[in-house]
Amino acid sequence: MVGAACAYYAARSGLSVTVLDRGPVAGGTTGAGEGNLLVSDKEPGPELDLALLSTRLWQALSGALSPRIEYETKGGLVVASDETGMAALRDFADRQERAGVTTEEVTGDRLRDLEPHLAPDLAGGFHYPQDAQVQPALAAAHLLRAADEQGSGRVRLRLGEEVTGVLTGAHGEVRGVRTVGGELHAPYVVNAAGVWGGEVARLAGVDLPVLPRRGFVLVTEPLPRVVRRKVYAADYVADVASGSAALQTSAVVEGTPAGPVLIGASRERVGFDRTLSVEVLRRLAAQATRLFPVLARIRAMRTYAGFRPYLPDHLPAIGLDPRVPGLLHACGHEGAGIGLAPGTGLIVARILSGEELPLDIEPFRPERFDGV
Amino acid sequence: MPDSPSDEVTDDAYEAPYDLAVIGAGCAGLAGAVTASELGLSVALLDASGQIGGQFYRRPAPALGAKRPEALHHDWSAFADLRGRLEASEVVHLAGHHVWAVTRGSEGGAGWAVHAVTGPDGGGDRPVRVRARTVLLATGAYERHLPFPGWTLPGVVGAGGAQAMMKSGLVLPGSRVVVAGSGPLLLAVASSLATAGAHVPAVVEASGYLGYARRPGVLAANPQKLVEALVHGAALLRYGVRLRTRSAVTEVHGSDRVEAVTVSRVDRDWRPVRGAGRRIACDALAVGHGLVPQTELATGLGCATRRTPDGAYALVLDGLQETSVPGLWAAGETGGIGGAQLARAEGDIAGIAVAARVYGQPALTRDGRVRKLQRRRDRMRAFADVMAAAHAPGPGWVRWPDDTTEVCRCEEVTAGAIREAVTDYGAHDARTVKLLTRAGMGWCQGRVCGAAVACLAAGPGDGSVPPSAERRPLAVPVPLGVLGALEPDDAGADSTGRPDATGPDPGAEQTS
Repeated sequence: MVGAACAYYAARSGLSVTVLDRGPVAGGTTGAGEGNLLVSDKEPGPELDLALLSTRLWQALSGALSPRIEYETKGGLVVASDETGMAALRDFADRQERAGVTTEEVTGDRLRDLEPHLAPDLAGGFHYPQDAQVQPALAAAHLLRAADEQGSGRVRLRLGEEVTGVLTGAHGEVRGVRTVGGELHAPYVVNAAGVWGGEVARLAGVDLPVLPRRGFVLVTEPLPRVVRRKVYAADYVADVASGSAALQTSAVVEGTPAGPVLIGASRERVGFDRTLSVEVLRRLAAQATRLFPVLARIRAMRTYAGFRPYLPDHLPAIGLDPRVPGLLHACGHEGAGIGLAPGTGLIVARILSGEELPLDIEPFRPERFDGV
Repeated sequence: MPDSPSDEVTDDAYEAPYDLAVIGAGCAGLAGAVTASELGLSVALLDASGQIGGQFYRRPAPALGAKRPEALHHDWSAFADLRGRLEASEVVHLAGHHVWAVTRGSEGGAGWAVHAVTGPDGGGDRPVRVRARTVLLATGAYERHLPFPGWTLPGVVGAGGAQAMMKSGLVLPGSRVVVAGSGPLLLAVASSLATAGAHVPAVVEASGYLGYARRPGVLAANPQKLVEALVHGAALLRYGVRLRTRSAVTEVHGSDRVEAVTVSRVDRDWRPVRGAGRRIACDALAVGHGLVPQTELATGLGCATRRTPDGAYALVLDGLQETSVPGLWAAGETGGIGGAQLARAEGDIAGIAVAARVYGQPALTRDGRVRKLQRRRDRMRAFADVMAAAHAPGPGWVRWPDDTTEVCRCEEVTAGAIREAVTDYGAHDARTVKLLTRAGMGWCQGRVCGAAVACLAAGPGDGSVPPSAERRPLAVPVPLGVLGALEPDDAGADSTGRPDATGPDPGAEQTS
């Protein structure tokens, strides 16, 4: 998704772009995600600024791309089970408001006006109307196609072609890449390899500590709209911000236009291990049915694992790498890559074309982990 | 045999692990279960159905009061023998148990937990977990379907489905039934249909039978297969059934249900030969293109697979039926389609091999009985490979469906939508097609359309590209209430907990 967005905005700036992927379109984390475009789960700071920028860009993209990308401004609803949780939510929302997020407090007795099937005993919650969703694989495929149409042949897509080396010149500057199909020359190389971004960085001789953080999603049988928004419990925010390798789960429940309800989100650092974890599924199911008791009778049809590209400070790496002239990074967005993709793509395009940046990218410096 | 899915039995199962859990009570599973039990092992036999026998020995529910259920069956005495031994054994038969996952047990990876839901459709509200030292996977196969215009009309049934209707419901799919597709099942189905009173205007086989003649040695070593073919052939002759080889049903006609089919001549690659269509009136079509091993429980645990000569994936097994994952055995169709006799031999071998492992006595597997079983198995496997190669779908079938033909029936995805995903949106494999079109995301989880989608995803002119090995982390749907009510003590035990150093895996799963 991030690579597709980089190609899209770069082509719009008049650059010619070749997109290389060792797999198919949306073959990595994009194809395993739920397509969250969230501001609600983000602390005020650089990531939230990037999310707010991306929210505006997604809105524009939804007008430019086919409705088949299933863009929905469904809104998010964060709920608390008791008054302590509600107080914490209130404080969090207050700080987000000051950073430009729209929030609406919902009292316990009003929750079911928004979500009729929610458990009756919740203390209250906050509604975030800016939260949205897309179907990520379709969004990536349509974005790539739109990039190509706009650039009239400026964007070339080479799938199933793995990058095996980064070519450099006499002064260490990037000259292109070597792939299984030969050499490809370009003055700039953008590393948008997501969870494998550390490997591509290593090909260029630099360190970028991207690690996989596994998540499972449970998918139910198709239902009429039982869950209208993206609904999750307040402890989700703490889990997202945690750096622990141990398992954390907090149910994020949402309906989809196609019918199935998606239930995330678990986080654990276990490498690239896809083995089914019954304990994760148990926790997700228990937490989801705690929020929506009506789901207890509903069957999970399938489940799948994906790997979020995790950097130790939970911020992506975006921008020029001063260690290798001509190398840019656009990876490490953890679980927010779909949401943050347009902002990231726009920043990359602006860097490449020498235009003014939409926000301060100092916090995303790719070399910030050196010597840490 | 304590034949009961009662609470008492299953709750007991939470405590003491069985020596062996067998999943599937068809030919392979029954043979494995009774053989292991007769060698003294404690055995649990889980099966989704209420009755033993699997697909091959499917028979009417007792309530139908059938007097001679064996009338439609071959080799009934072999089944009667297995059933008698099961009744005399200590095997705990857990009927109506739909297994949704097998995971590693908690004691440092030793042993297994078999997770199941209960009830006729898996809607039971209580999770069942059976612990076992070893597991034998005998989950059989399902039918391969290839789409063509009209294949979704009422009156079109799977060839195996037609057989099942006759065996379990004593029901005919129609009164004038064309049988089409490829594989030995067609002759068996046609002969059953004719015997049961249906008129069969034609058996339409897309391959020729010359494929068998290329390996005369294998044929000579399997005379019983020739006898079977002769029995079916004689029945077809008796009822005047016409066999058309190198032909395929390429269209079904009818408004509300089947009224006729078009039969076209096809070339060696199953490409229709122009202008050679022939219309045959009928009120039902039984169509089958062979069987596909059901392996998702095994692939979920990382068992290695091999590509079979007909482009499906089967489990890689050693000489004693063990998978590439120690402690996990498989028998029957999961290791490659080969029929009931092969399944029994493999079940016997697996039962003995498991006992040898549990007792720590490898010598058990070195006696004459095992060697004899292995020779029989190898001979029948060789025949199965010849059969699979002879009936492998030709790449030209991808020309049968037009753009409006539905390929994924659950999600109503047409061949045109799949072709568009391939030509315009960069999908070159079944997974990406699924992500972009939803083909394979519905109730059957791609069991019906998976093979077809994979071939269409490979693009025009190359319908031979195989599907990837199946991955369905939930083998059957599980109610969320049941999942949430599992015992938390599974914590962490299921994850293999490998460190971050494990290599990258570019093949992620699917989204909504």
